[in-house]
Amino acid sequence: MAKLSGARILIESLLREDVDIIFGYPGGKVIPLYDELYDAPIKHVLVRHEQAAVHAADGYSRSTGKVGVCIATSGPGATNLVTGLANAYMDSVPVIAFTGQAPTHLIGTDSFQEIDIRGITLPITKHNYMVSNIKDLAKVIKEAFYIARTGRPGPVLIDLPVDIIKSQYDYNYPDKVSLPGYQPTYEGNYMQIKTAAEFINNARRPLIFAGGGVLSSNASNELVTLAKKGRIPVTNSLMGLGSFPLTDEFSLGMVGMHGTKYANFAISECDLLIAIGVRFDDRVTGRVDKFAPKATIIHIDIDPAEINKNIKVDIPIVGDAKNILNKLIPFIKTEERTEWLNTIQEWKKEFPLSYNHGESNIKPQFILEKLNEIVKKNSIIVTDVGQHQMWAAQYLNFLKPRSFISSGGLGTMGFGLPASIGAQLGNPDLPVICISGDGGFQMNIQELATISNNNLPIKIIIFNNGTLGMVRQWQELFFNERYSHTLIHNPDFVKIAQAYDIKAIKINQKKDVEKAIKEALNFPGPMLLDFAIPQDENVFPMVPEGASLEEMLDYKNVLKETEI
Amino acid sequence: MKHILSVTVSNQPAVLARISGLFSRRNFNILSLNVGETEKPEFSRMTIVVEGDDRTLEQVKKQLYKLIDVIKVTELNQSNMVERDMALIKVNCNKNMRTQLIQVVNVFRGKIVDLSPETVTIEVTGDESKINALIELLKDFGIKEVVRTGIVALDRELSSSSTTKVKN
Repeated sequence: MAKLSGARILIESLLREDVDIIFGYPGGKVIPLYDELYDAPIKHVLVRHEQAAVHAADGYSRSTGKVGVCIATSGPGATNLVTGLANAYMDSVPVIAFTGQAPTHLIGTDSFQEIDIRGITLPITKHNYMVSNIKDLAKVIKEAFYIARTGRPGPVLIDLPVDIIKSQYDYNYPDKVSLPGYQPTYEGNYMQIKTAAEFINNARRPLIFAGGGVLSSNASNELVTLAKKGRIPVTNSLMGLGSFPLTDEFSLGMVGMHGTKYANFAISECDLLIAIGVRFDDRVTGRVDKFAPKATIIHIDIDPAEINKNIKVDIPIVGDAKNILNKLIPFIKTEERTEWLNTIQEWKKEFPLSYNHGESNIKPQFILEKLNEIVKKNSIIVTDVGQHQMWAAQYLNFLKPRSFISSGGLGTMGFGLPASIGAQLGNPDLPVICISGDGGFQMNIQELATISNNNLPIKIIIFNNGTLGMVRQWQELFFNERYSHTLIHNPDFVKIAQAYDIKAIKINQKKDVEKAIKEALNFPGPMLLDFAIPQDENVFPMVPEGASLEEMLDYKNVLKETEI
Repeated sequence: MKHILSVTVSNQPAVLARISGLFSRRNFNILSLNVGETEKPEFSRMTIVVEGDDRTLEQVKKQLYKLIDVIKVTELNQSNMVERDMALIKVNCNKNMRTQLIQVVNVFRGKIVDLSPETVTIEVTGDESKINALIELLKDFGIKEVVRTGIVALDRELSSSSTTKVKN
C-alpha cells in the first residue's frame, strides 16, 4: 500500500465522509494541509476571520443537516474558533474543526503560536482530540464524524501537530468505530411510549412543545402527523421554529421570554405538556416553579442528561424523536378537544402579536410583515442576535425545517453574516436572507469580503436603530433609562458595502420598504438593505427575567398582564 | 449527602482533565478523587466521592456518561462495599516517646515506615473514620505532615444479607 502524508490522509478521509466544502483560514502550522487542498476535489472557502469559518460551517450544517467542517491554524487561529465552537455546542450542531498545532517535540514549550486548544475546548466540544501519532489519524477522523453526527449532535475538534500531517503512513480508512463509552439510545422505551400515548389520549388540554431536537432528528413530518391526528396545538422554542408550519391553525408560534401570549398562556393552562427535543432553557421556562403548573410532562429527548435537569418530568422517553414519534402515533386517538382549541383561538384573537404602527417611520415588525408577503417561495432566514432576532422569530412565517438559522443557547452576536455564507453555499438554489442589527453586523463585518469574492447572492437586511437594542430595552425597562454604552454611532453601511463591491441602499421611508425588498430579491448578486428603524422600539411581549410566563409585559402599557 | 462513584474510563490523554473539568463547570462538589489502572491496561478506574442531593447525583452520573471516555458509572452502596483510604502521617516523636507512639499505631494496625531521631512516619489503611480517629490521637504528638489517597472502593460480590459482614 502506498504511503500518504498526514495531510493527504486527511483529505482522503474527508472525501470518504462526503465533505465537499470546508471553511477556513490558512496559517503557518497548516501550510502542508493547504498545500494538499490546493488541488483537492473539495471546495475551500476562504473567510476573513476564523470565527467566521466556524459560524459558516455551523450555518452550513443547520441549513443542510450535514456536518460542517472548518480549519484554522494553531494559536490565535485556534482560539478564534472558540466562540463558534461554543455556539455550535450550545445548539447541538455537528461541526468538525481541524486546528494546526506545534510539532509534537515542541508541545509544552510555549513555542510560537502554540496553545492548548484541546484543553481550552474541553467544555465546549462534544469531544476533542489531539493526534499524537500518524497511525491514529484516519481512526480519529472516522470517530470524530461519527460522534459529531450521531446521538445528540455537537462539535468535535481535532488538533493536528504539524509533524503529524507532514509524516507518511499507510492510508486505511476504518469502516467501523469502536467506542465502548459512546452508545447513544435511539429506540424509545416501548412501555414509556405506551404510557405517554395513554396520557395523550386522556388529556383534555394537551400541548406539544417542539424544539431543535425535532429538526436534528428530521422529525417534522412526524410532528405534524402527531399534532393533526391528536388535534394537539404546537408551540416551538426558538430552536424549534420551522419544525411545524407557523401558519397552521394548530401553531401557537414561539414560547418563552418573547413568545406569543397565547403560547405562554397555553403552557400555563395545559394539563399535559409533550416536550420533544427541548432542554427547558431558562429563556423558555421563566420562573421554573410556575412553569406548566397544571401539567403532567412528557419529555422526549435523545440526551438522558436533559431529563430532569431543569424541569422535573413525569414521563421521560430517551431516544430519537423520529423513532419515538413513529411508534407513538399509531396509539394516538383523534379527540375533538373543542373546548381547549376554542380557548386557544380566543386567546389568539384577544392577544395577537401587535405593535404600534406609527406614522411614517419604519417599524421592524412592518418590514418582517412585508417579507412574509413578498418572499413566497422557500427561503432561508439567518439572523444575528438581539431585538431583530426576536422580532424575526415572532413575525416571520417559518414553514419548513431548517429555514430559520439563529444562535439560540449562546446568543452569539456576529453569528448571522458568516452563518448566512454557510447557508447560501449549502443551498445555492434558495434565497438566503440575513437579518442583522447594526451592532451584531459589525462583529463580523469583514465577511462582506467573503460574500463579495464568492458572489454569494445573500440579501443582508440591517435593522439600524443606532443602539444595542436588546440591552437598551432592558435599560429602559429595568435600569431607569440609564443608557450606559448602548447608543452607538455607526459608519455608513451603504458605503462600506459598496467598498466591498456589494450593492446597497438605505431606506428611511415606510413607503420604500416594499420596493427595496423586491429589488433585493430580484437582484442576482448580494445586496444590502440598511433600514432606519426607531431607536426606542422594544420587543413585546416580554416576560421579565425570573417572572412566570403569565407575567408578560406589553407594548401598550408596559404593565403586568396577569389575568387571562 | 456523600455518594461514592466507581467510574471506569478509557485510558486516554486528558481523561482526568475532562472529568475534573466537568465537576467544576457543572458546580458539582468533589470530596476526593482517586485514579489508577485496572485489570485491563486500556481502562482506568476512578473512585470519586461527591457531595450532593439525589437530583445532583443523577445529573453527575448522566453528565459523566456523556463523556465519550467514560465507560461505566456505578454508585457504590455504602453498606455493601469494601472501602479503603490510606494515609502517611509524619509525627514529631523523639526516642522517649516512641514506645507510646508504637502502642497507638499497633491498635490501629498501622506500620512504622520511616524513622528519624525527631520524627516517625506511619502508614495506615482502613476506612475513612478509622484514619480520622488515628489522626486525632496522633495530634497529641504533633503532626508534621499528612498525605491521604482518598477513598478507593469496590462493590462486595455477595450482598451483606447473604453473608456475614467481613470486618474491616
